[in-house]
Amino acid sequence: MANAQNTTALPAKRATETGSMSYIAPLAGWLLPGLGHLIQRRYVRGVLIMLSVFTMFFAGLGMQGKVYAFNTGDLLDILGFVGDIGAGALYFIARAMDWGGGNIHRALADYGTKYIVVAGLLNVIAAVDAHHIAIGKKQ
Amino acid sequence: MTFELSHFSAALLFAVCASTVFGITQRNNPRDMVRYGAYCFSLFIAGVIIASWVMWFIKH
Repeated sequence: MANAQNTTALPAKRATETGSMSYIAPLAGWLLPGLGHLIQRRYVRGVLIMLSVFTMFFAGLGMQGKVYAFNTGDLLDILGFVGDIGAGALYFIARAMDWGGGNIHRALADYGTKYIVVAGLLNVIAAVDAHHIAIGKKQ
Repeated sequence: MTFELSHFSAALLFAVCASTVFGITQRNNPRDMVRYGAYCFSLFIAGVIIASWVMWFIKH
């Protein structure tokens, strides 16, 4: 009888864990790039994603790229903000430290702006991937 | 701290990072991830080289 209870309780517990992980993993992955994979024991993938997003974000800042603030002005500025905020904690740290003022006199600074936006977008893709792993759609 | 990269090295760094994430997220097993990452990287670089030649021909 006890065994029968255990066999029914285990899948139920696992389903609950999977259910909560399906929210936690993408949220953690968004907040800190790669963390969504790391907490699901995909260490190599997590570290590679973290390296890629961090490299792109900080290379963008190093090129004097612009970090967009929340705005309701130009459509491209709004989309820039949406892309940037995908980087999660990196975005909030950059805003808090007043990094990413941009430099319109350097051609490379425009590259930097795109690097920062793409770092955010790649992080969103990685967070969605972490969600797919959590729900069992991907190994 | 400022970065001084050429246009090509900036595109190269972009290609490395983007194709790494694409490879990991768009395929299921490690072997396919490496293959797809390499495929994306080669497309990025080929695109950059072709676009730069097109711009050179437009200018000349």
